[in-house]
Amino acid sequence: MELLLLQGFNALSVGSVLLLIALGLAFTFGLMGVINMAHGEMIMAGAYVTYVLQLAFTKYLPGAKGAYFLVALPAAFLVAGLLGLLMERLLVRHLYGRPLDTLLATWGVSLMLQQAARTIFGAPNVQVVSPPWLNGGLKVLGAVLPYKRLFILALAVLCVVGISLYLTRTAGGRRIRAVMQSRPMAACMGIATSRVDALTFALGSGLAGVAGAALTLLGPVGPATGTYYIVDAFLVVILGGVGQLLGTVVAALGIGAFNVAFELGSSASIGKVLVLLAIIVFLQWKPSGLFALRTRALD
Amino acid sequence: MLTGLKWKRNASLAAAVLLFAAGCGGGQTGQPAETKPAETKPAAGNPSGGQASAGGGDTIKVGILHSLSGTMAISETSLRDAELLAIEEINARGGVLGKKIEAIVEDGASDWPTFAEKAQKLIQKDKVAVIFGGWTSASRKAMLPVVEKLNGLLFYPVQYEGLEASKNIVYTGAAPNQQIVPAVSYLLKQGKKKFFLLGSDYVFPRTANKIIKAQLAAEGGTVVGEEYTPLGHTDYSTVISKIKDAKPDVVFNTLNGDSNVAFFKQLKDAGISAKDVLTISVSIAEEEIRGIGAENLVGHWAVWNYFQTTDTPENKEFVQKFKAKYGPDRVTDDPIEAAYIAVHLWAKAVEKAGSTEVDKVREALKNLEFKAPGGPVKVHPGNQHISKTVRIGEVQPDGQFKEIWNSGGPVEPDPFLESYPWAKGLK
Repeated sequence: MELLLLQGFNALSVGSVLLLIALGLAFTFGLMGVINMAHGEMIMAGAYVTYVLQLAFTKYLPGAKGAYFLVALPAAFLVAGLLGLLMERLLVRHLYGRPLDTLLATWGVSLMLQQAARTIFGAPNVQVVSPPWLNGGLKVLGAVLPYKRLFILALAVLCVVGISLYLTRTAGGRRIRAVMQSRPMAACMGIATSRVDALTFALGSGLAGVAGAALTLLGPVGPATGTYYIVDAFLVVILGGVGQLLGTVVAALGIGAFNVAFELGSSASIGKVLVLLAIIVFLQWKPSGLFALRTRALD
Repeated sequence: MLTGLKWKRNASLAAAVLLFAAGCGGGQTGQPAETKPAETKPAAGNPSGGQASAGGGDTIKVGILHSLSGTMAISETSLRDAELLAIEEINARGGVLGKKIEAIVEDGASDWPTFAEKAQKLIQKDKVAVIFGGWTSASRKAMLPVVEKLNGLLFYPVQYEGLEASKNIVYTGAAPNQQIVPAVSYLLKQGKKKFFLLGSDYVFPRTANKIIKAQLAAEGGTVVGEEYTPLGHTDYSTVISKIKDAKPDVVFNTLNGDSNVAFFKQLKDAGISAKDVLTISVSIAEEEIRGIGAENLVGHWAVWNYFQTTDTPENKEFVQKFKAKYGPDRVTDDPIEAAYIAVHLWAKAVEKAGSTEVDKVREALKNLEFKAPGGPVKVHPGNQHISKTVRIGEVQPDGQFKEIWNSGGPVEPDPFLESYPWAKGLK
């Protein structure tokens, strides 16, 4: 019973982590169609922002040390977003419609960012001490549900709700959707499509930054951090159906659940293989993912 | 923007690239690991490739070949630092054979074919007398055919899975019988009989666990669980559930690299401390503790041949010099010490041989002794591993180890575990 409850929670938790790392990619890859291999490094940037803030707080505001994490989330969003903006303006926008070139160029950026991190922060992992108020866990029926995982779950929900409100209820969000669905039409209506591109890319990168800040709670913080998450992020977006937020959510939770179930029944390596196999089979059946965007413009 | 058709194509393209990227998670490229045949053979009639460096010039060139970029840079850069420190020390007292040592540093880039290529370049083009390099077994295996073919000399400074002894490689890290085997014996003696084996999914942990299982079967322990996770795995919630369920006395941890950070952070979050489930690790040294966070590791054990806290006069001097050169924040640890030993052993052997020629140096290395920071070491004349003291330490809140047991003296290296009857069926 305890194991079942714990594994159920773990499934949800793994799903929420996947969701968080894939949300940003749902913008850059899902909406814009840019195969952004540097997505992982945006996650890394967010993680390092958290590290730097932790250092700064320890030094200048030792009294409010635990609060650094709350500042880190928006700060990571801003820094990673700015990095993304820079990347879009300088590089990606020249390569729209050339997926192969984008892929190679962003991969190059990814390698450069990794080496930059290595130069600035050193090759070894850095230590991010999680805020004390996130230590420990909630005891439910004998199982311990770590606060950190609950926090990430809540953060993921918050991000999804925030994004869907932004995309459906605000003028900016509607402009993004308009441009992604029909660029010429949106341009005819007076939308500055190039600016919307930049904004969308920055938004996606910023979300990756938030994911990076949150993941310092669970995982390593080092130059290679991004590489651990990039494959999963692409899997989630592709499985969910490119261009679909709902698809991303369902896919993340689905992969999380299957991952945990397979891993419990076999081992971590085999579990991963089984999940990949399941995804491949599924994509044979539904090549455009769980939720295919159907508009005339796309057929 | 892109049409639906293109989107789909992008998706499959991305998937293909990702599979490729996933397949070479260790930072390898898809190139075959083969080395090109030597373009320039060593001078005719001269069987020793290392000869040239001994001739002309005021310096003796040595190669340093570690990953300074890529995933392994996390560990290997500090080995380069230790080797440069040792070279500096030797040069300060006049060098070897009256000549200064000149280090040629190359980057293996966490890419195994690159290690082979750079090793060949160092020996043939730079004519180095010796190479200090490598960390992963894969990088050593890549360099091995090169140094054997060109009759070079490689000092490999990291504990590894054993079952190898090349006449062109000197192993200054621990063989399994100087790390894993004594640790298992000690744990059994402490009454910890139920083992849970957790490792990264590649050759070292699988070989190590094979050894552990054979030893447990012979000495009366049981394995209650065995799990392997891919390198770079970051979610340990399910593994932790399994550990909880299996209720082991000890988790024998052969995870490598960043996975350790995720595992220990999440273990602590799950409310499991070292008092509940003790872990003993073979890949977590002082350097790694800094990345994991000492508070996540307090009370857990690790087995090595050296700790920064090891109490010898040589070590006091070593730690002080290391910190003076690289900053007070830096720590020393077992592989760093082994890299430092390597350079000094080689220099001593060269002095003894009166030459940098590989064959003569190899002869001089036999039974060569050195007072290392971690205690006296001696090169085994047969397998070119070194005898070392085995130490088990407990992680303290300041990120240092407190030694709780040591072997009392150097343990002879036995890379093929020939002196253990239970290890007969392992090869």
